Amino acid sequence: MNGTPTIPDQNLEEPANPQFETNVKNRNRKGATWRYIFLLSTVVGIIALSVLVLTIIDDTYGLAAIEYKVPLSEILPPGKTIDEITCQEADVILQENVSKNRYRTLQNEQPITERTQEECANLIVYEIAKPVARATWSLSASLLNSEEIQAYTTEKYPEAELVFKKWLTKEFITSPQSDDPLTAGIITAILGSLWIIVIVIIVAFPIGVGAAIYLEEYANDNMINRVIRTNINNLAGVPSIIYGMLGLAFFVRVLEPVTSGAIFGFSDPGTANGRTILAAGLTLALLIVPVIIINGQEAIRAVPASLRQASYGLGATQWQTIWHHVLPNAIPGILTGTILSVARAFGETAPLVVIGAATYITFNPESVFSKFTTLPIQIYQWTARPQDAFGNIAASAIIVLLVLLVALNATAIYLRNRYSRRLV
Amino acid sequence: MAQRQLTNSFPIEIGEGNRKVLDLRKRTKLHERIIQGLLFICGAISIFTTIGIVVYLGEEALRFFTLPEVTLLEFFTGTVWQPQIDEFGILPLLTATLMTTMIAMLVAIPLGMFVAIYLSEYASPKVRSTIKPTLEILAGIPTVVLGYFALTWVTPILRGVFGENTVQIYNTASAGLVMGILILPLISSMVEDALSAVPISLREGAYGLGATKFEVATQIVVPAALSGITAALILGMSRAFGEAMIVAIAAGAGPNFTLNPFEGAETMTGHIVRISGGDISYESVEYKSLFAIALFLFLVTLFLNLISQRIIARYREEYD
Repeated sequence: MNGTPTIPDQNLEEPANPQFETNVKNRNRKGATWRYIFLLSTVVGIIALSVLVLTIIDDTYGLAAIEYKVPLSEILPPGKTIDEITCQEADVILQENVSKNRYRTLQNEQPITERTQEECANLIVYEIAKPVARATWSLSASLLNSEEIQAYTTEKYPEAELVFKKWLTKEFITSPQSDDPLTAGIITAILGSLWIIVIVIIVAFPIGVGAAIYLEEYANDNMINRVIRTNINNLAGVPSIIYGMLGLAFFVRVLEPVTSGAIFGFSDPGTANGRTILAAGLTLALLIVPVIIINGQEAIRAVPASLRQASYGLGATQWQTIWHHVLPNAIPGILTGTILSVARAFGETAPLVVIGAATYITFNPESVFSKFTTLPIQIYQWTARPQDAFGNIAASAIIVLLVLLVALNATAIYLRNRYSRRLV
Repeated sequence: MAQRQLTNSFPIEIGEGNRKVLDLRKRTKLHERIIQGLLFICGAISIFTTIGIVVYLGEEALRFFTLPEVTLLEFFTGTVWQPQIDEFGILPLLTATLMTTMIAMLVAIPLGMFVAIYLSEYASPKVRSTIKPTLEILAGIPTVVLGYFALTWVTPILRGVFGENTVQIYNTASAGLVMGILILPLISSMVEDALSAVPISLREGAYGLGATKFEVATQIVVPAALSGITAALILGMSRAFGEAMIVAIAAGAGPNFTLNPFEGAETMTGHIVRISGGDISYESVEYKSLFAIALFLFLVTLFLNLISQRIIARYREEYD
């Protein structure tokens, strides 16, 4: 700096410059306006979330125009409603109206007279009357435009009966998958999802935590370890569908003898192919390992170095230090990270569609070598169907999926709180 | 990461000029070596995954490109994708992907920036601790659910506003809009990290010169965090580029070379989901073509992720 800066002194002598005043006012006003814009943007996310949940709930109840192939009044003995029918009567009616083979199958599943009244009533409805949902409406439409809907139904489907239907029922959760939206359920899909998740946890947790320990506790800064680190960050950003393609090429095709169970003699060689729960689980495991590693690294890094030093000072080896001191302190963070990534795997659809391919599965999975469908795949397939009623059951399945995800996340929070109380 | 080096070997004096190193360390036992080896393998699995992706995608893609009916030039310049008549031009799929990505970014960039600025510069800790988890819930919603939302809620609204004749049932606009909501939390949380990393002294300097809060936020903090913001935006773009289920459900089921966001057009990911969801033979050209698309998708997202990481690494150095 050369010399003292010259201060233009007229500014000091004019305290009230009108232009300056308005300028400050404008600037403040601009600031205040933008503040509201920022706040509004923040609210947009929350609004989107609420609208989403409301839309989905809206689709799980509502009016439905149901048409019976055979009207119930023709089936039931005169003067009785479907709720009053006894199983003895149902037995007689079924014998008269369904084919002999079908009747025998039903009897073999469980003798009709030994079933509950509700089951018998359902048998009559779905085996003989065979209802079809011609059109359905959401809850809001049903409440607001009920008269129009009534008029529309009488005009377009004169034989249909307008009923208020609750789509998300206990039967919906416990029935197997079906081609008919009125009887379709999601138990097959739920079990498929659970089987896959178990495999994902068994495979991904040890690998992810092991890699995190290696990178944080053992790896020094050499070439290989740098490559591993960059690589993990990149893998975390690879689109999930790419993992699906990898799974298809590697687990389904190259490892087909293993994933189909053929080399263990588990499956029927005629129908065996690698599109099984095992292949799906391994693929999703690969998908979430990088996320578990990154979370695990953070948790391990957060354990204070002084703990390690104290352990070494008492003569512990490196592994003893890790096993007895680092891991117990890092476990809440590791578990939280793992559960959150498992939740991600639970909702993952694209890679499983690629691996599972044309899945129309009506039987529950029995082993890791079974073919599978999962909750998200089921939702995707139902969403793709044009009939109204599939939209309603897709919405119901979404509610179940979201509830399961919330439960997983709540477990993560619970575990974190519980372990952090005990250990830190 | 620097290894915690422990000095537990001491040089000691035994008599005149007779030095001996006494090593107090416990001998590493064999099983410890084995454990370390196993842990290394766990880390190395990630490398095998990458190699697996490159090898298997590359292998099938190579088979695809060596077919007589396919040329690299046609693949990148052809405007028709119809495997049934041996037309393999990726442009229709690529434009659809770019359109959904662009619409998503148009939603997510301003919103994400505003949310980040609000959370980092304006919100009290209490407000921040309620809003951040809510946004994270949004990020945790399965994309198949968002796809359903796009198809059953956003599309009818678009059709109501712009007319049923202009907006088709399946369109890239609704898929893009919902995808914007999906990547909004990702962008806002990364941008917020970048903004919070700007040293407080810069803000105080600006306040000292009489700047308003808005001026500090937009003219001081945002420019100072620009590299971090860029990294976040690129990462968001890469996520939108590779997103599959929303577009598979809402954007349309058929390649369509168009720039009209209200028309249905199938994206690269949507095409893979639809075709592999059907029954295709491993030997068919269609099956191989999926791997070519997937490899291209992988390379683009990898490129975007690498740029983003490079930028983050550089901007960390600036303030640390």
